[in-house]
Amino acid sequence: MNAKLKETILNPIFKGNPITVLVLGICSSLAVTVTLKGALVMALSVIVVCGISSLILSLLRNTIPGRVRIIVQLVVVAMMVILVDQILKSFEATYAIDKQLSVYIGLIITNCIVMGRIEAFALGNKPWPSFLDGVANGAGYGLILLIVAFFRELLGSGTLFGIDILNRFGYEPNNLVILPPFALILLGCIVWVQRSIQKDLQEK
Amino acid sequence: MEYLSLFVKSIFVDNMIFAYFLGMCSYLAVSKNVKTAAGLGVAVIAVLLITLPINYLLNTYVLQPGALKWLSPGMADVDLSFLSFIVFIAVIAAIVQIVEMVVEKFSPELYSSLGIFLPLIAVNCAILGGSLFMQQKDFLNIGEAVVYSLGSGIGWFLAIVSLAAIREKMAYSNVPPALKGLGITFITVGLMGLAFMTFMGISL
Repeated sequence: MNAKLKETILNPIFKGNPITVLVLGICSSLAVTVTLKGALVMALSVIVVCGISSLILSLLRNTIPGRVRIIVQLVVVAMMVILVDQILKSFEATYAIDKQLSVYIGLIITNCIVMGRIEAFALGNKPWPSFLDGVANGAGYGLILLIVAFFRELLGSGTLFGIDILNRFGYEPNNLVILPPFALILLGCIVWVQRSIQKDLQEK
Repeated sequence: MEYLSLFVKSIFVDNMIFAYFLGMCSYLAVSKNVKTAAGLGVAVIAVLLITLPINYLLNTYVLQPGALKWLSPGMADVDLSFLSFIVFIAVIAAIVQIVEMVVEKFSPELYSSLGIFLPLIAVNCAILGGSLFMQQKDFLNIGEAVVYSLGSGIGWFLAIVSLAAIREKMAYSNVPPALKGLGITFITVGLMGLAFMTFMGISL
């Protein structure tokens, strides 16, 4: 694998992370981070939608007229999201996936990461790098979701993936962590840590 | 009375930003000063107010399981709800396009001040989210859908204007360099969200 492809994959995960650096796709993400399971399902869905729609639109890039490209993008992304949603619905009962997640899966359509990467990368690059770029951005997004969900589930319920970790030592679950605003405060702290390490990202 | 409690509830208790994190991307990007924030807020109210009732009618008479009964009794068991994402986003994109053209034709002044925000709204999660929540809430009639859309639009407006006001003041504060800009904004939104939580105790 050459250096440029490697850069395409590694950059979105830390240095150019879609959430903490580009500030894309925060909308539909934070409400699903109460449990690690919800975050994992959401992360995988975004990786699939982002990767495959980048691939499809990159294959179509020379045939789409510039003026209608937004509509074409929305249709392709919406189709992928419907597929993911239908697959999740069929597994809903087996794996006890939260029903509310369906609203947030639908919101992947308007998730700026997907549209942003298609506009910025897939429309100007060959299919294979575009696919990798989509997957890597989905993964960078998923990583932040999982970090936030890890702390929220551990401190808020004393469990990880539903398995008891802290409660057996007499830990009293902190209900503040379950509330939506705490996800934002945690995200602020993640940005703080990342910008302390990478000084060049700090704003003046 | 029903309408009034739904209205207050959708502004404060089910606030799009603080309870569901919807429309977060443009919320963070366009909240640097009060004037532009108010412009975007008004545009969101207007688009929500138009799209949500239309999507309500589509959902009730076309998409819901059994919704096509009014066409012929034989179609009572047709379920088109899997198409709802693509129908909703198409309606929203089309309405935004029409609103943009109408505003451009009849009020060039308003167009030049709102111009850049209008296309942004098509991918604002608060708009699609409003329609998806409407589908989940099972409103009894179109009146409730209109009241709900107005309430959630006003809630979004209040949230963005108040954040912009705080950020204007915060420009003069001494924030740690790594936390400047994005980080402190996340934490501020989190704290504002906690303040909004107080409305949750009100039973309407």
